[in-house]
Amino acid sequence: MTVEESYLPRVGVFVCHCGVNIGGVVDVPAVVRYAEGLLGVVYSESNLYSCSSDGLSKMKVAIEKHGLERVVVASCTPRTHEPLFQAACEDAGLNKYLFEMANIRDQCSWVHMHEPEEATRKAKDLVRMAVAKAVLLKPQKEPEISVEPKALVIGGGISGLTSSLSLAQQGFRVHLVEKAPQLGGMLRDLGKLFPTNMESWELLAPRIEAVESHPNIVVHISAEVGAVSGYIGNFDIEVLSNGSVENINIGTIIVATGADNLEPTGLYGYGEDPRIVTQMQLEGLSEDELVDANRIVMIQCVGSRNEERPYCSRICCSVAMNNALLLKENDESREIYILYRDLQTYGTQYTPLEQRAKEKRVKLIKYLDERPPEVITGCDSLVVKVYNPLLNEVLDLETDLVVLSTPLIPNADAKELSQKLRVPLNSDGFFMEAHVKLRPIDFATDGIYVCGSAHSPKEIGESISQAYGVASRAAIPMAKGTLRAAAITSQIDEGRCSGCGTCIELCPYKAIQKDEMGIARVTSAVCKGCGVCGASCPERAITMSHFTNEQIEAQAHAALGRVED
Amino acid sequence: MSRIQYPTNLRVIRVMCSGRVDPSVVLGILADGADGVMITGCHIGDCHYIDGNLQAKRKYELTRRLVEKSGLSPKRLRLEWVSASEGQRFADLVVEFIEQVREVGPSPLAGESPDPMLSLSIQAARAASERFRLRAMVGKEEKMVTEGNVYGEQMTQEEFDEEMNAAMESEYARNLIHLAIKREPSSVKALAEQLGIGSAEVLGHVVAMRQLGWVDVKEIRGSSPVYMDVEVSQ
Repeated sequence: MTVEESYLPRVGVFVCHCGVNIGGVVDVPAVVRYAEGLLGVVYSESNLYSCSSDGLSKMKVAIEKHGLERVVVASCTPRTHEPLFQAACEDAGLNKYLFEMANIRDQCSWVHMHEPEEATRKAKDLVRMAVAKAVLLKPQKEPEISVEPKALVIGGGISGLTSSLSLAQQGFRVHLVEKAPQLGGMLRDLGKLFPTNMESWELLAPRIEAVESHPNIVVHISAEVGAVSGYIGNFDIEVLSNGSVENINIGTIIVATGADNLEPTGLYGYGEDPRIVTQMQLEGLSEDELVDANRIVMIQCVGSRNEERPYCSRICCSVAMNNALLLKENDESREIYILYRDLQTYGTQYTPLEQRAKEKRVKLIKYLDERPPEVITGCDSLVVKVYNPLLNEVLDLETDLVVLSTPLIPNADAKELSQKLRVPLNSDGFFMEAHVKLRPIDFATDGIYVCGSAHSPKEIGESISQAYGVASRAAIPMAKGTLRAAAITSQIDEGRCSGCGTCIELCPYKAIQKDEMGIARVTSAVCKGCGVCGASCPERAITMSHFTNEQIEAQAHAALGRVED
Repeated sequence: MSRIQYPTNLRVIRVMCSGRVDPSVVLGILADGADGVMITGCHIGDCHYIDGNLQAKRKYELTRRLVEKSGLSPKRLRLEWVSASEGQRFADLVVEFIEQVREVGPSPLAGESPDPMLSLSIQAARAASERFRLRAMVGKEEKMVTEGNVYGEQMTQEEFDEEMNAAMESEYARNLIHLAIKREPSSVKALAEQLGIGSAEVLGHVVAMRQLGWVDVKEIRGSSPVYMDVEVSQ
């Protein structure tokens, strides 16, 4: 063993009380004393709140005073404050990758609240494990990449238009790619928008005009995205349009491809009779065409909240309610029934729709999942049979028009696009965000963002908010101009690589390529650090920095050494 | 956040993705005396790294088969998909898994005097998982079984499993013999008796290992060669 290999870095351990969150269950002073005795630990202290400015400055002082070379904080989940502690280390002159956390709160004191002795034992184990890993940590250099101040917005509907404008107004160049021969998306086919009943063209027309005339925006219509390569700050995109290919180099990508409407073929007689329509089709009918529609039955949850599509499409109850009100407005005498499973006219803006509907005598009838309504066709009038649990009766509703409220479904191109961009779809087929609360409109892949109904069914105002949101998110790296990529990446030992190509095939981000000699090389900026290549390499030539096999085994080994009391 | 309580005998090691979990590391942890090892990841279709969990599943299968082969109870191993929002499910799984492991009892590899035969076999399992052949097969499995390779050849899962099992048996036996020889230079007959493998099979592996430079003849006792380990620099 060389002198280098036998050197034990100086480890500091900071155990947090987190008020009473940890301190109320775990014997923090005992953990501090225990930590002092661990191999490598030269200093140990406790804090009331390590994340407070006081806690952080104490940490920095300790790092300098005791010449600490590794820092372990035993506190909460890394999800909350890891970046904060890492920044404190950097401030004190320590590379942020020489920092490790032990979760003695969310995975200890909080879940073993009635077993303080065992929880303390476990906290000691967790600290021992973290120290065992910390000792093996190496400083990492984050590669710096330049960011092209140009954005690609995929989709020219309300979300795409809004985010394009927002970015253009901030001074960034935008390439807006729209599949259809015109801008506007689904809004083009809608009439009055709830809850204010503004006409959709009132919302759309000024935005389309602004986008088309803005000097910073290049609009590509009848165009699609072809191959995508590169990484945040430096994406190379093929824009395919009418047989021609244009290559553009951009810094960030916004997915605003929207959703499709479900065609409920085979459900409730749809397709068997022209008097059975969807809400979307209803909005396209003029008053003349509706003159004979005196009795109308709307059915909610058609093709949704079932095994095939377990999700609720969020807006259909509000849409149905609003359309019912509009129908009543044109003819008060109309009899309108809305058959629902649960009424989702949510929040402060849409609940009033329900109240107004009730005032206008729109009849809201609950039906059970197990006993859905039946639509009988083939007679002069349509008949809808529905079992109402409150009345304990089957109602026979003779009607002139049946309107089916169908969910928004993932865009037909979503899968292909997700593969091109290498971003995930969730189990419902919509684009999946990095984290539902912490990063709701980012993808886990840096530099790509998602907004609108491409992410999940939502109301127009919500789409617009998200569109502003992604413009702001994308602006951050573009405004900074340079970026530091995460250093948790794979490292290939070229000497061991035998060129089998397993890692290249398996990398979900296509971050690995063969060089001229046939040896695998990873582009760190594209690598997301998932570790699949490292776990798969037949020659074991790949190391996952910051999560090496040695570090994982050291943690396990430390975990198995029972705590001596 | 919900503070759903669960038993205290679990220690968590954080990795970026379940696909990061190398079979050799899991086998090493079991060899170290862990009573049980559970791997958790995102649900299939929901992987934050797109399809890392598909790899986790494939690797777990290999790990499980090797554990079985070594004679350690496969009940000490578990793979579960849990999302960040499924606190109760996680707690329930922990309780269930601990019960499952409790039924099998403490690991025979823990403590001061681990079972020597079991020790040898789990080390052999680990060594098998570290060599090229099984790693390459698992790495190619997903593609072979779904799209096919670059030559347009595709296998059914059953065909693949058959190949994999055969490869695993062979790799395990070879590494077991190698480690036994490392522990104590032996003849083919002695190895066959000790390890419960047919002498023809042992001979086949020994011959191959000689060619690979893993073992060499130490001496001749009576009329039987005694083989010893050769220090191979990796």
